[in-house]
Amino acid sequence: MHEFLTGIFFWIAVGVCIIGMAVRFVRYFLGLNWQLDRVAYRAHPAAGIKGAARSIYKWLIPFGTRGWRTQPVMTAAFFGFHVSAVAVPLFLAGHNLFLESKIGFSLITLGPALADFLSWLAVGCGAFLILRRLVLPEVRILTTWNDYFIWFIALAPFVTGLVARYQMGSYGFWLNLHIFCGELLLIAIPFTKMSHVFLFFASRAQLGMDFGIKRGGMKGTKMAW
Amino acid sequence: MPEGTYCNKKPINTPEEVNFLLSDSSGTKYYEEMKLLDVDSQLLASTIQKTMKTRLKTWLEICAHCGMCADSCFLYQVNGKDPKQVPAYKIQSTLGEIVKRKGKVTNAFMRHAMEVAWAQCTCCNRCGMYCPHGIDTGIMFGYLRGLLYQQGFVPWELKIGAGMHRAYRAQMDVTDADFVETFEWMVEEYEDDYPGLTVPVDVEDADIFYTVNAREVKHYPEDLAEAAVLFHAAGENWTIASKGWEQTSLAMFAGDWAACKMQVESVYGAMERLKPKRMVGTECGHAHRATVIEGPYWAGRPDGRPPVESIHYVEWLAEALESGKLKIDPEKRIQEPVTLQDSCNYIRNHGLKKATRTIMQHIVAPGYFIEMSPNKEHNYCCGGGGGFNGIGVFRKQRNRALLTKRDQILATGAKLVIAPCHNCWDAIRDLEEEYEIGIRWSFLKPLIIKMMIVPDHMKPEE
Repeated sequence: MHEFLTGIFFWIAVGVCIIGMAVRFVRYFLGLNWQLDRVAYRAHPAAGIKGAARSIYKWLIPFGTRGWRTQPVMTAAFFGFHVSAVAVPLFLAGHNLFLESKIGFSLITLGPALADFLSWLAVGCGAFLILRRLVLPEVRILTTWNDYFIWFIALAPFVTGLVARYQMGSYGFWLNLHIFCGELLLIAIPFTKMSHVFLFFASRAQLGMDFGIKRGGMKGTKMAW
Repeated sequence: MPEGTYCNKKPINTPEEVNFLLSDSSGTKYYEEMKLLDVDSQLLASTIQKTMKTRLKTWLEICAHCGMCADSCFLYQVNGKDPKQVPAYKIQSTLGEIVKRKGKVTNAFMRHAMEVAWAQCTCCNRCGMYCPHGIDTGIMFGYLRGLLYQQGFVPWELKIGAGMHRAYRAQMDVTDADFVETFEWMVEEYEDDYPGLTVPVDVEDADIFYTVNAREVKHYPEDLAEAAVLFHAAGENWTIASKGWEQTSLAMFAGDWAACKMQVESVYGAMERLKPKRMVGTECGHAHRATVIEGPYWAGRPDGRPPVESIHYVEWLAEALESGKLKIDPEKRIQEPVTLQDSCNYIRNHGLKKATRTIMQHIVAPGYFIEMSPNKEHNYCCGGGGGFNGIGVFRKQRNRALLTKRDQILATGAKLVIAPCHNCWDAIRDLEEEYEIGIRWSFLKPLIIKMMIVPDHMKPEE
């Protein structure tokens, strides 16, 4: 089982994620329509690129926009979760050892204490955000079973990883389950709302171009949209 | 019943058809017939297939349901934080459902969607600034309105409004002759006070081609004369067009995109005919959005710009004051607490916040200008945007929506509100009538005329 998960299934998961998102990315940009979207994308490339870059940059910075600043607790939990969800899978020492053995290449690695902290942070912030969904009427009304399912596949690799990390029960079982959950997540990315992992950049770039070209960017206003 | 006599899927195109619909006072029969109108699910599905491209599809799909848009919506706030007023919910439960069900929705659903589209969203685009994914619900509501219009589920007044544009190329039944005659008549009225005042009609190669809102011709004709006075005082070489003079587009509020195209092409036609250096539009927000910001796309102009450079009145005025073409008597500046309404359509949607504030510096004595909070691109809709002001059947909801602006104004302590937008001006007038908070409201033109230093060439002979 372990060999299957770290062998062929690993490659399938990575392949589906990368190819799937590449297809979605290309389709996103091919599917933009200057006349229906009412944005002259091609006519003003400089203003468009500037607007897109500004929009992505501002929203990637914690408290970088008024939107983030108006809801500080949500923002803290959001960044707590997302920073961990990006950093831990990419920079965990164990992941990089695995990567090294697979492709002979590894990234910088997190120290064990920081890795533990970030993993717990992801679970803690995730739990808070789920709780927020249940408690706040304005979020509850939007929430569907699909949202909980997405949270489940997002948090499962962290939870199983932590159980394996602290060697509770059978290490081998939890490690395999952890790898399986991680790979399931990779496969889910192109087909579910998880696609926002990449499409966030596409969507923000589009709105950034809209504001940059048409809705004030070319009039010199610097809106943090 | 497939289609009614009053309420149906056919646009109205002629003065006779407009009058017929107007004869049904308040749309009583129209709304009765709407209850029986069939939904053409096939048409709905095929329209979505053809016109809903990746931008809207992705927005619907990746909305994380985080609810961060909730507080950004003044209608959510002013309606007791009703979760049904959360922007993401409003669009997911209407457009989202239509898409999910591939157009197979009922008449009752469409009437509900109509109420949400016109009475729960003013397309102010504020929520778009607060969404981490960059989802602009206001734009999606514009799209939904188009689908509803195509199916005949549109408020009576806006069906008429769009029809007016089709029949008269104006939002009201103002003909080209009415426009020119009214302008000339008003200028004659003011001629004694301002010698040499004229209204140049169809002059080619002028520096400024001036366009208006048909409401001015019909209801506030003095606005036309005031524009003439200020252009004359500034020594501008200006003109109006006898055809293609109307800058507004109620069709945009109605979602009648074909009528939007007809309307804006009439203005662009005048630009191409008269070849002015630039166009100046009147003090109106939605007119600016229709003709300058969205219009180029309806007309199929790939550069996203009108045929000649087109600016809002506040841009011209700020420039005239800064360059000294118009001079203000410092003694006559406003010396009472005054505030400014930032119109969504040219501030949030076109970045013109600086121009209005430059004007304030010239016309308000130091210490008297008080900003609303929030302001500039974060300002709230006046409460009557996106057509809300004019829809009788949703008047109760509209009056409630005015509370946000009322409270913003009250918090400034100002007694005078400057509103360089017809729609905001109307909403503020209505809020004073409804809630009586003891304020006055004004466009810029009459204020400037009262406080400008009249140049020698305009002084009446002794």
